[in-house]
This record gives sequence, structure tokens and C-alpha cells, in this order.
Amino acid sequence: MDPTALLLSRIQFGFTISFHIIFPAFTIGLAAWLTFLEALRLRTGRSVYRVLFEFWLKIFAVAFGMGVVSGIVMAFQFGTNWSVLSKMSGPIQGPILSFETFWAFTLEAGFFGVLIFGRDRVRPWFYLFSTAMVALGTTLSAFWIMVNNSWMQVPVGYVLQNGSFVPDDWTRIIFNSVVWSRFPHMVFAAYLTGAFCVAATGAWYLLRRKYQVEAMVMLRMGLFLAAVLVPIQLVFGHFVGDYVHDYQPAKFAAIEGRWHDEQPAAEVLIGLPDPATETNKYEIKIPVLGSIIASMSLTSREVGLADFPPQDRPPVLIPFATFRIMVGCGLIMLALAWLGSYLSVKRRLEQSRFLLWSIFLSFPLPFIAILTGWYTAEVGRQPWVVYGLLRTADAVTPFLTATAAMTTLILFGAVYVFIFSFGTYYIYRLLRDGPTRPVAWRPHDAVPDRPMPATNEGPVAAPSYISAGE
Amino acid sequence: MIMFWVTLLAISMLLYLLLDGFDLGVGMLFGLTRSEDDRKAMLNTIAPVWDGNETWLVVIGVILWGAFPVVYATLVSAFYVPVVVMLLGLILRGVSFEFRNKSPRTRRLWDFCFTTGSLAASFMQGVMVGALVKGLQFTNGQYSGGVFGWFSDFSVLCGAGLCLGYALLGACWLVRKCESEVREVARRQIPILAAAVLAFLVVVFIHALSDNLPIMHRWIDRPYLFVFPAIGAIAAIVLASSILHRNDYWPFYMVSLMFSAAFGTLALSFWPYMIPFAITIEGGAAPPSTLAFMFWGEGLWVFPLMLLYTAVGYRVFRGKLGSMHGHY
Repeated sequence: MDPTALLLSRIQFGFTISFHIIFPAFTIGLAAWLTFLEALRLRTGRSVYRVLFEFWLKIFAVAFGMGVVSGIVMAFQFGTNWSVLSKMSGPIQGPILSFETFWAFTLEAGFFGVLIFGRDRVRPWFYLFSTAMVALGTTLSAFWIMVNNSWMQVPVGYVLQNGSFVPDDWTRIIFNSVVWSRFPHMVFAAYLTGAFCVAATGAWYLLRRKYQVEAMVMLRMGLFLAAVLVPIQLVFGHFVGDYVHDYQPAKFAAIEGRWHDEQPAAEVLIGLPDPATETNKYEIKIPVLGSIIASMSLTSREVGLADFPPQDRPPVLIPFATFRIMVGCGLIMLALAWLGSYLSVKRRLEQSRFLLWSIFLSFPLPFIAILTGWYTAEVGRQPWVVYGLLRTADAVTPFLTATAAMTTLILFGAVYVFIFSFGTYYIYRLLRDGPTRPVAWRPHDAVPDRPMPATNEGPVAAPSYISAGE
Repeated sequence: MIMFWVTLLAISMLLYLLLDGFDLGVGMLFGLTRSEDDRKAMLNTIAPVWDGNETWLVVIGVILWGAFPVVYATLVSAFYVPVVVMLLGLILRGVSFEFRNKSPRTRRLWDFCFTTGSLAASFMQGVMVGALVKGLQFTNGQYSGGVFGWFSDFSVLCGAGLCLGYALLGACWLVRKCESEVREVARRQIPILAAAVLAFLVVVFIHALSDNLPIMHRWIDRPYLFVFPAIGAIAAIVLASSILHRNDYWPFYMVSLMFSAAFGTLALSFWPYMIPFAITIEGGAAPPSTLAFMFWGEGLWVFPLMLLYTAVGYRVFRGKLGSMHGHY
């Protein structure tokens, strides 16, 4: 095993999955929101919901397409760079990911065609049903991915046979408390991402004094949803912390920046962990709060990193920092959502340009929170790939050379940056141009079975290049 | 249970070969024409289906990992470079498909990515098949060929051969789906591509004989295997005749039949090995608790749904596309 190849493989996996997660994080929430909009329109008949639906569907389509192409890579990355892991844990991780493909992919792809091309070919209730099925598909996809990752965090329901992990209790693998705290945490994060992107777009239009009717709907719906969800998200975040505390004490200590056992434990708010001296520089801490957060107790003894031999400790600085960035983003989002909702109820939101600017500029926060949350979970799991059972260093493809890993990393980097820049630019252009209010809704050509539709067509724009017929 | 998953894997592979085969082929032929009208017409024939086609690649990946983890781990890591290049090719081609419509200014860039992406993905798939046929190096049951163990003149030859084969399939698809100019061009391409594929098969055969590849012994042991090349030969004759009669319908099915014959030949000459002469189907299979879980949870009922869904997709878009000019 080549240590450089190992490091490059880790960077490559981290890079490709970070790139990928941005899109599902956005589309899971957006799909749910589209369903809500369509249901509202059916119930109230207000055309603003239809305008918003068509507008966000175009953006959804671009993001969904980017998510699909970057997701295909993930199905093979386990094999290319982590052949020992994929061989050992294949009997458990393989089926879980195949469920993701078979269940979620089929649902999404199947009903997505209806969403894009079927508006005038199916009954309204079926169109709503299709939207809901796409939303369910994206959520199921997240579910299986979380089952998979949770098993790597807290492996259960297996026996070790002939050097591989053989499943002996699927119920425990799928229905355990770790999955059921992490899966909602991920889904709420995705919903918050959708909510903040929608609210930020609304704020942007209000600042430009364009599309004011649609902008107010976006802003209020986004803010209200966030105002309810952020507190719930904080509670589930706490549940996630509980599992880390119970099952991954070294990760917990690293996140807390706690080097030595303390009783009662203090909570380090900020600081700079220094592994050489096993202390934190510039730290600010609150006594006893650490015990309260970890164990809901004023007197509990909390474990420090020094209890673990150096080779079993995760890197401290990354989980310590990323966790604080995540929580910080969450708190800013909470403040914006509550303040914005309050002013919205008081009908003073349009006048508060400072708050509108803040909301507009807040759209990266949920993405940053999701990425840093993942880094906390994944880097904190090190040095293990399957916690406590298989070390990352032992999981890498044994004959992989640093040159090969470097070359593919550069290739992935170049191609992803290239398509990401264009994809983001096209989404930006769609957002900038804003929703179109139609004269009449043009029937689309029916083209199902396409996760990546043409999205440059407005409802009254020129017909698309897809012109399939009989 | 193992046989069930081998069957599903074989169906998925054959479907992928035929379905993504023609749209990758169209992608390569796309680079040979300069006319924007023709290019649009070509894209229109694959626009509704290419994404669904590519889904089968993911299906192959996850069936392999779940049901045959040892095979997945061994092959995907041994084919590190070809797999990564193939994936990058597929990504580039997938996004180009959409992005070329977004801005006329960068259209040439996306067209270039579309063709090279299709070419790279096809070539690497051929290389991997060729490397499997030639045989990967194993020591004590572990792959020991290194990062470039797949590379040989034979595998590169197979890469070029698969490109030609996909292009032939793509040309037949265009004949089937288009009218006017695109169809005429494709009609002229088919004999050339067919001749090239035939020449490739002869060269491969000679190469395999001269290298004395172990896989050739299987043929002497199993004379019934010659049924498949016979089917392929009959399909080739029907193909030639349907081209001479300017028939639009049959060439695509005949080339598909030739592909299926080639797939059947390879699959049965590997049997019972999955990675020839190193890992058998039994040896590569996941434990029963895994296979049963996959069978009840997805194989039994989701897989047929996926087949049905593919069939419905193609049924909706059956027949000729008609004149393109009126539609754009």
C-alpha cells in the first residue's frame, strides 16, 4: 500500500462526493416543495403557484441532471479505489446501494418524464402524484445512502466470515437508532437548503423590484418553513451527537476538542486544537456545559482523546472546525428565519432592505452546513472506514499507485470544475431571468424516461429540440 | 439464488450493450457530420432514451457489487484507468447533450465533448472486454497485474473494435429512426462499418489463435458454442440483404442479433468463470443472506418493473421521427 495513493484516494472520494452531495441536497428539498406547490394550486387554483412550479421545475431539472451524472461515479468509486473495502463489506453495502438504484432511481426516472413532458397528457391528480413520486424517490435515495453510511459509522447486524462482513440481521442494519437519527437530519438539511434557496431568490427579486407577487410567496414560504425546521433540525442534530457520544467516543472527543477526561466536562466554544501538546490554544470554554450537552448531567465524566492510542485517534482540527462551522451556519439560519418570519407576519419585510440582503446572501449557508456536517462525520470516523473494524489504510486498492491516483484526481477535478461552472452559470441565468407568466401553457411533446430534460424552454418559449413523434 | 442473479446480470449487460451501444454509436457518428440540421436530427433520435440506457450501467454496477462483491472489487479496481476514463466520458457526453442547447456560442465545445465522450466511453468498454478475454494476471486468487494490467495490443484492438461495432449499431438506428439526409448518410456508412467490424473479427480471431489464448481451448471442448457465431453469420447475411433492399427496419435488429450472439459466445466461453480462469460464479457470489435479501427486496419485483418501464419508453417513441425542420 502506497501512502500517497491512500491520501490521494481519500481526497478523490471526498472531492467527488462533496461535488455530488450539493445537487441531491438541493433537489430533495426542491422536489418536496414542488409537490407542495402543485397541491396548493390544485386546492386554491391560484396561478402564482403554477408560475412558481414551472419556474422551479426548470432549475430542479438542471440540478437533478448534475446529480445523476455525478452520482454514477459514486457507484464505481468504491470499487476503483477501495477494492478491499468493497470486497469485505460488499455483502452488506452492495445490496444497500442496489436498493438505492432499484427503488429510488426507478421512481425518479419514471415519474420525472411525466413531470417534464406530461403536464397536458395526464390528469391533474396524476400530475400531482408524479411530483410526489419524484419527491419520494429522491428521499428514498437519501434514505438508502444514509443506511449505507450509518453502517460504516456503527456496523451492526453482521458476522465476520472468511474475511468479509456477512449480514445476519437486516432489520438491525436498516432499522436502528443511528439511521433514524441521521436520516431525518439529512432530509431536514435538504429541506432547509431548498427553503433558503427559495427564500434567497425571493429576496433577490424584491431587492431588484421584479416579480414581486412571486417573490413574496417564495420569501414567506421559505422563511416560514425554515423557522419551523431549523429548531427541529437542531434537536435531530443533538440526537446525532448522542449516537456519536455512545458509539464513537474518539470522534466525540475530537469534535469537542477535549484532550483529557474531565468531570464535569467543560464545553470548548472556540479554540485551536494542537495535537503536539494535546491542548487547545486560544480556547474559550464554559464549565459544566460539556457534561450537559453530552450526557444531560451536571456531573458526568466525559472522555478525552488522550484515552485513545495515537493510531486510533481521528484528526482533531478538521472535525473540531467543521462542526463549529456547521452549527454556526445553523444558528445564523435560525436567526434569519425567525426574524424574517416575524417581520413577514408584521408585514414589514419588504421595507427591511438589510434583512432582504442578508437573506439573499444566505443561500450558501445550508450548502456549507451540509458539507461541513459530512466532513465532521467522515473525517471524525478516521482512522476507520468501517468503524472499529476496518482501517481506511487497509481498505484502499493495494496495487494502486500514486501516479494513477494523482492522474485521475486531476482529471476528475478538471472535468467537474468545468461542468460545475457551466451548470451553476445556467442555474444562475435561469434564476436571474426569473419566472415567466404565460399567455397560454403550451403542450409539451411527451418525452418520458429522461432525467435530464431540455430546460431552456419557458412555457411560451420556442419548442424544444426534442421533437419525438410517431 | 446465484443463478437468478447471474441471469439478471446477463440481461442487464446485454440491454446495456444494445441500448447504450446505439446511442454511444450515434454520439461517435455525430462527430462526422457538420450540418446543424443533421446533428439535431441525430440527437432527437436518442434524446428521449439515452438516460434510461445509461441507467443499466449503474444497474450492472450495483448488481455486481451486491451479488458478486469479489468480482466487483477485483474488476473495478483492476480496470481503474479504463473505468475512470469511461465515467468521465459518460459525464461529459451527458452534460453536453443538455448544455449545447443552452448557448449557441459554446455549442461547438459541447459537440466536441459529446463526440469525444462517446468515443472514450466506447473505447474503454471494449478495452475491458478485451482484457478479460486475454486474461488478467492472478496470483493465489488475487489480482496481480497492477494498474496497467489491462493494457495490451489485444485489448486496444478490442477497444477499437467495439467503437466500430457501436458505430454500426448507431448507423442502423439512424436508418431506422430518420428520413432524408441523415438516413442516406447512415446507409452509406453501414457497409463500410460492417466491413470494418468483419475485418476486426478476423484479426481478433487470428490474434487469439497466434497468442494461443486459453479461451480458445473452450471452443474445442465445447463445439456447441459454434451455434452463436452461426447465428451471427446468418444475421450478417440478412443485414447485407436488407441494406441492398434499402430496408430501414431490419438492419438494426440484425446488428443487435449479432451483438447478442457475440455476447452469448463470450458469456458461455467464460462459463462457469466470471473472471476467466480465476473467479467462478460460485466463488464470486455473495453469501445467501445477501442474495435472498436482494431477491425479495428488488430482484423479484422491481427488476421486472424496470424492464416494463424500458419497454414502455421505447414503445412511446417507436417509428420514424418525421421531418425535423418543422419541429425546431
